[in-house]
Amino acid sequence: MKGVHPAEHKAVSNQTPIAPGPRPSQLVLPLNMHLGAPARPIVAVGDRVLKGQMLAEPAGAVSAALHAPTSGTVVALGPRPIQHPSGMDALCIVLEPDGEDQWAPRQPVADHTRLGPGKLVAMLRDAGVAGLGGAGFPTSVKVNLGDHQRVEQLIINAVECEPYITADDRLMRERAGEIVTGIQILQYLLNPHDTLIGIEDNKPEAIAALRAACADSDIEIRVVPTKYPSGGEKQLIQLLTGKEVPSGSIPAQCGVVCQNVGTAWAVKRAVRDGEPLLSRITTVTGDAVARPGNYEVWLGTPVADLLRHAGVDRGRLGRLVMGGPMMGFTLHDPSVPLVKTSNCVIAASTEELPEPPPEQACIRCGACAEVCPANLLPQQLYWYAKTDDFERAQHHNLMDCIECGACAYVCPSHIPLVQYYRYAKGEIRTQTAEQIKADRARERFEARQARLEQEQAEKEARRRARLEANRKKQEAPADSNPGAGDEKLAALKKEVGQASSAYKAAVKAAKTAEAQETDNAAELRARADSLKAEADRAKAALRDAKAGAPAAPAPTPPPIPDASSAPADPAAGAPAVDTEGAAKRQKRLKALKTAYNIAHKQYKEAHAALERAERGGQESDEAITAMHTKVEKLKGKANHSRDALDALMEQAKADILARTGKDLKTLKLDAARAESALRDKADELARRRDTSDADTLETLNSELDALQEHAQLTRLALKTAVEEQGLVEE
Amino acid sequence: MSLINAPSPHTSRQSDTGAVMRQVVYATLPGLAVLVWQFGLGSLLNVLWAVLVAVTCEALFLRARGKPVAFYLRDWSAVVTAVLLGLALPPTAPWWLTLIGVGFAIVVAKQLYGGLGMNPFNPAMIGYVLLLISFPVAMTQWIAPGEPPALADSLALFLGQTPADAFTGATPLDTFRTWAGDADALAGREILAGHVAGPGWETVNLAFLLGGLYLLARRIITWQIPVAFLVGLALPALVAHQVDAARFAGPLFHLFSGGAMLGAFFIATDPVSAATSRLGRFIYALLIGLLIWVIRTFGGYPDAVAFAVLLLNLAAPFIDYYTQPRAYGHRKANKGANP
Repeated sequence: MKGVHPAEHKAVSNQTPIAPGPRPSQLVLPLNMHLGAPARPIVAVGDRVLKGQMLAEPAGAVSAALHAPTSGTVVALGPRPIQHPSGMDALCIVLEPDGEDQWAPRQPVADHTRLGPGKLVAMLRDAGVAGLGGAGFPTSVKVNLGDHQRVEQLIINAVECEPYITADDRLMRERAGEIVTGIQILQYLLNPHDTLIGIEDNKPEAIAALRAACADSDIEIRVVPTKYPSGGEKQLIQLLTGKEVPSGSIPAQCGVVCQNVGTAWAVKRAVRDGEPLLSRITTVTGDAVARPGNYEVWLGTPVADLLRHAGVDRGRLGRLVMGGPMMGFTLHDPSVPLVKTSNCVIAASTEELPEPPPEQACIRCGACAEVCPANLLPQQLYWYAKTDDFERAQHHNLMDCIECGACAYVCPSHIPLVQYYRYAKGEIRTQTAEQIKADRARERFEARQARLEQEQAEKEARRRARLEANRKKQEAPADSNPGAGDEKLAALKKEVGQASSAYKAAVKAAKTAEAQETDNAAELRARADSLKAEADRAKAALRDAKAGAPAAPAPTPPPIPDASSAPADPAAGAPAVDTEGAAKRQKRLKALKTAYNIAHKQYKEAHAALERAERGGQESDEAITAMHTKVEKLKGKANHSRDALDALMEQAKADILARTGKDLKTLKLDAARAESALRDKADELARRRDTSDADTLETLNSELDALQEHAQLTRLALKTAVEEQGLVEE
Repeated sequence: MSLINAPSPHTSRQSDTGAVMRQVVYATLPGLAVLVWQFGLGSLLNVLWAVLVAVTCEALFLRARGKPVAFYLRDWSAVVTAVLLGLALPPTAPWWLTLIGVGFAIVVAKQLYGGLGMNPFNPAMIGYVLLLISFPVAMTQWIAPGEPPALADSLALFLGQTPADAFTGATPLDTFRTWAGDADALAGREILAGHVAGPGWETVNLAFLLGGLYLLARRIITWQIPVAFLVGLALPALVAHQVDAARFAGPLFHLFSGGAMLGAFFIATDPVSAATSRLGRFIYALLIGLLIWVIRTFGGYPDAVAFAVLLLNLAAPFIDYYTQPRAYGHRKANKGANP
């Protein structure tokens, strides 16, 4: 593993035993001391609380409880500046100690193996144990992996690779036994194949103490060379197991769980002593304090109190760092509280940690790449971060940067590289969050759009199905013979003929009925109207078909009641009625008849005169011959007229046949038959009127009505046919 | 109480770019000493004059660009450029030649690109190639080794008052080029009769090698570039020499003649214009070495360090795209120009 060797400065603080911390007048306990959801307060302002009493409970899966480090009164619950690089405020419980340090009842567990793992995990959760190494991840979550996850290695991180910090060093020297007990509890919970303690070779006393404490256990102590940042979780895992935690996953996914030594100690206290996490060991060091060393401080102790306790020289204090010099952050306000993750406070003089020199140009010397423990190319990342080229930065695995600061430490141009990376990472996170948001919004929008479209399509499909069903119902007979174009045209023509003749018949019937003031006059008139509409439709369809209009199924007229039985429902097709032609023909017919009658009369008269002259014998032969000639001439003329008249009649009859499908004789016969059927039915009705029941009578009545209508229609048809052709019946 | 508010890390290794650059200058001193010993004071005059020109140009341009002059001059980068170009120029170079070359290197190849760290090409080599193309005769004359001109002669040469012809002779590279393929003729050349690569020149290269080893020991440079450079030059030479010893010079001849060691340890290692990752730098320098052998053997110029370096400067970003290291937690290295 690559890394750097910064000056250690550990001897400044590790020469003295752990001393008790200050007893401040107020403890400020941020609800988000740990990683995850802030704890939920369960006390109110004014409550008196005992040492170890829970002040806030874990809220959610990843959260940790918070307890009163000493007995006292809750005096405030509100925002206070907290331990954050930005100096931001967060919700805190402010506790005023009463100085009595009175314990709440504790439930120590002498033998943790008597408890089930679930019970132990709950204990750790209620005891507020969180990672004391730096991140503050709730321990109860980390040790509760579920049955499917096999832990191959439990790694106890005792490396403490940052310069200055000696909190774990002193803890191991003085409380190795407690740490080992804590490790054994973790072993019980995780059941690892191997348990390894990783420790740097610059802590010989701590190594010796641990060796003694681990003498008859299966815990293995692995001494690693002093090199920063071998205490980084991923780096230590690589050092001890050779495994690399895949980018973007957590160690548990490769069978490793890593815990800090301090956390192991806290686990022991929580289980064996029933003491929740109330205090921690914090290193106070730097040129500006008179008594550098390690102090066991109550959580919530303001940094200012601890510094005063260690004898700070305010005049010398130039830089106040919380955490180590490599990854810690400067404090603007010494009133911020110490929390579960506060392992070190460096009160440095300006000479010790001077103002950073001005940033020079990057000469791509590659010193940063030589030390990067994540094996990145910091010099490239710097360019990409500086030019906001976040895509390239990610392509160069910016997100795998652990911000250890080794690159900036070695940079000869004093470029604050980590600052650039934090900036770029923040931007990328923001962009990613926005991208996710935008994607979700888009997905929602698209889903809605799809839903609406589907609804529309379903509606449309239903509508079509309905239309189709209607059309099928109506067109079933027509569709049964989907002939070629001509056939279709012929069918249409026939339809038009039928429709218009039916209409005309209906009109005539209506007129007759009106004239005779029959009961069903109105009904007939209505029928005539509907037939007209039907005829118009049929004509339009024919027109369309002739114009080659798209073969859209012409809306077929609704079936006319009883039309099928009407005599105006012939089988043959015929040209449309030519009313003008009919009138002409009628005129001509009349003229021919008149001409014939005149000619016939003249012939008869001439013939009679001739016979009289022959019988009288008084006329000369010449006169008789002339009279003969005249008779013959008139006879020819009359014959001629008669022929013409006959021809016209024949033509009219042929036309009737063509138009109605029946010849005149048939029509007449139909009419006669209908009349006789009507009469028969009427007779039957009259006969059965007294003998039959109501139903039969009603049936008979309706049959009679139908026959009456039929007879009327046949009559009408005959009349129409004759009149249409100008054959006025005598 | 006014506390320093700064991002982490709060401590840093006591080093700065100026110190790095000064180490480079110190490392050139053995080479400069041998050059003076073998070829007279011309090289020293060149270097001093070049430094003066470079610092003046740099200061003027920093001022013109509105940058803090003293702060930027303290990075010593202009001095390094001047020293390297001064060492590369012939000891017979007149003052104006150096002035043009160094001025162009500082003003055009460096400052106009944005100053230190922004130049895609090695400024010293840009200056050198400009002179080589513009003044080929003045640039290809070298004093015969072992017969250094007196101080007065060197001064006269520097001031341009004496024609260089009186002192110059062919270099080993020139000689081999001329007689390549003729074993007898080559054997008779005194200039080639050194231990490995002709008297004088092999000593100069040895001195630069020593300086380079110093830089390696001080971790100013990493081994990838010099080693790959020398391998890239020696390997084809070895193969070709096995094929036809009279036609192709041996690897040691190549390694210890011309600007080989200066190029390997001082020129190609310029980090600004080189490739980035370890693998990238290895490939970069390997190709430089190969290109030098190709140009020396088949090209029109006796030496080729400047051309080879500039060509690979051009290719460095491309090499970078394909030589990202495998990051922790990744199964494979990312490749390609775009994500």
